[in-house]
Amino acid sequence: MAQPLEFEQPLFALEAKIDELRHFSQEKGMDLREEIATLEQRAQELRASIYQNLTPWQQAQLARHAERPNAIDYIRANIQDFIELKGDRLYGDDPAIVGGIGFFQGRPVTVLGHVKGKDTKDNIYRNFGMPHPEGYRKALRLMQQAGKFGRPVLCFIDTPGAYCGIGAEERGQARAIAHNLYAMASLPVPILSCVIGEGGSGGALALGVADRIMMMEHAIYSVASPESAASILFKDATQAPRAAGAMAITAERLHKLRIVDRIVDEPVGGAHRAPLEAAHNLGAAFAQELASLVDLPPAELVERRYEKYRQLGHHLLMG
Amino acid sequence: MKDFIRNARQRLLEETREQNPQNDVVQEERETRMEGLWVRCEKCQEIFLAKELDKNCRVCAKCGHHFRIAAPQRIAALLDPDSFIEWDAHLPTQDPLHFPGYKGKVEKSQRETGLAEAIVTGQGTIEGFPVVVGVMDPRFIMASMGTVVGEKLVRAIEGACAQRIPLILFSASGGARMQEGVLSLMQMARTSAALTRLAEAGVLYISVLTDPTTGGVTASFAMLGDLILAEPGALIGFTGPRVIEQTIRQKLPEGFQRAEFLEQHGMIDRIVPRTQMRSQLALILAMHTKTEGVTANGPTA
Ligand SMILES: [Zn+2]
Repeated sequence: MAQPLEFEQPLFALEAKIDELRHFSQEKGMDLREEIATLEQRAQELRASIYQNLTPWQQAQLARHAERPNAIDYIRANIQDFIELKGDRLYGDDPAIVGGIGFFQGRPVTVLGHVKGKDTKDNIYRNFGMPHPEGYRKALRLMQQAGKFGRPVLCFIDTPGAYCGIGAEERGQARAIAHNLYAMASLPVPILSCVIGEGGSGGALALGVADRIMMMEHAIYSVASPESAASILFKDATQAPRAAGAMAITAERLHKLRIVDRIVDEPVGGAHRAPLEAAHNLGAAFAQELASLVDLPPAELVERRYEKYRQLGHHLLMG
Repeated sequence: MKDFIRNARQRLLEETREQNPQNDVVQEERETRMEGLWVRCEKCQEIFLAKELDKNCRVCAKCGHHFRIAAPQRIAALLDPDSFIEWDAHLPTQDPLHFPGYKGKVEKSQRETGLAEAIVTGQGTIEGFPVVVGVMDPRFIMASMGTVVGEKLVRAIEGACAQRIPLILFSASGGARMQEGVLSLMQMARTSAALTRLAEAGVLYISVLTDPTTGGVTASFAMLGDLILAEPGALIGFTGPRVIEQTIRQKLPEGFQRAEFLEQHGMIDRIVPRTQMRSQLALILAMHTKTEGVTANGPTA
């Protein structure tokens, strides 16, 4: 059972009560159907009022939920015969980004994703989903390979940001990200990117230059984490909820701004409440978008992608 | 006159002793101006007439420290006299997210700098060689990259591509502009995409990194030059040093993320002092000019 976030507590308490009544009626053989139905009705209303009126900060908490499915879960559910491919051939392998090849609905694809860990040990191994330059260079290598062999690229974005540390700077974090943006802009195969959890700044974008930019319903995408934006803009990291509201980080807002092409529905309460349902929805969205891209000649595909980015934000620029 | 200078120095030293220098590297202004006439080099403490410093491209004549420089001043020092034609000077900055306080911040920067945005773009010549230039101005909201900065860059890149004129971009930036959210992030993708076209057209792009170049600017067009030059001592990195120190909870080594550090780690081609920038660039441009059809003062026919 998922751990409740603060704003979910009334709902979780109610759900626990319903469970309790069910057990009680079974054990004692009492007919409590009417009472249970009333409470179910209330829970239903509460769910709707909570999850349809999430603040941006609450969205951020859902996006970062410890039990939220990660890229590996989505790969497991959607990619058959996945073969992981490691290493940047220059320095090392970076477990913060997983990459490989497999079949997506019968079609060979290259898959890339940031991976946050499932527990403390896993998180340390995955560096909390914060890649070093090696991760981006591995991704670049696999994308170029996808281009060579005509495989579409599916990307799962889920990172607080690129890692900031001495080694990352020494080995060219900025250059590694820049080069991915550059290479993705003209890759001659379809690229689909979906923010599945947290899309944090340039470290997220390095897997995000795509023909279709998608977001899971409760994912967030931001130029900087709400915490660091708050400390820069308001000189106070505890103002993160305020920064989250001001920055337009939710799928709904970014879809309205025409930055995000498609929102993928999540189960009520978030992807972690029914991970397979979430994975199925994402798979269906990928399949539909891919169908509109696979038959385009590479030159036209690249031209359309260029135009997409060329026009991005223009309607806002001209007031 | 000598007495006046001595007194002025004395007063300046007393003033600076009272001040508590801020250690914010990105924000830091390495000078103390006095009555607009005198400037003290924060590195070697030497005091100069502001006019003299300006004449030397704002490089300390004693220790070689590079002061930050305004975009119009850099353009004047770089290009042949009267050759500069500015592009997109008045592209209006929007407030797409209605971000609290953003409009006022932009207007304040506009008043203080006389610029419409944090980058000046256009075309001109260096020793007769035609170039498209973009120069960021760190006085303008730390030359952060929002929609207009990104758009001006894309137009400059496309302009260079269409005319097949070499592109030179001088970066100085705190990174993506927070107040425009993901729209700012997307400028990294837009500028990088535009550069793929320039590369396909075989047009030279020289990236010059100046103090400070960090965040989304470093992680996009600034690191994608055919040649990457840097000014001495310039802070260049992805994450700013303060944030790294807070994250790893240890002191950063001396010289970390300075231009010399990047040169040692193979991230840039060479360090070029500002006083030699024009002649170095002219030389590089000469080596990238196809001999036929070139005249001393004009583009290829
Ligand atoms: Zn000096």
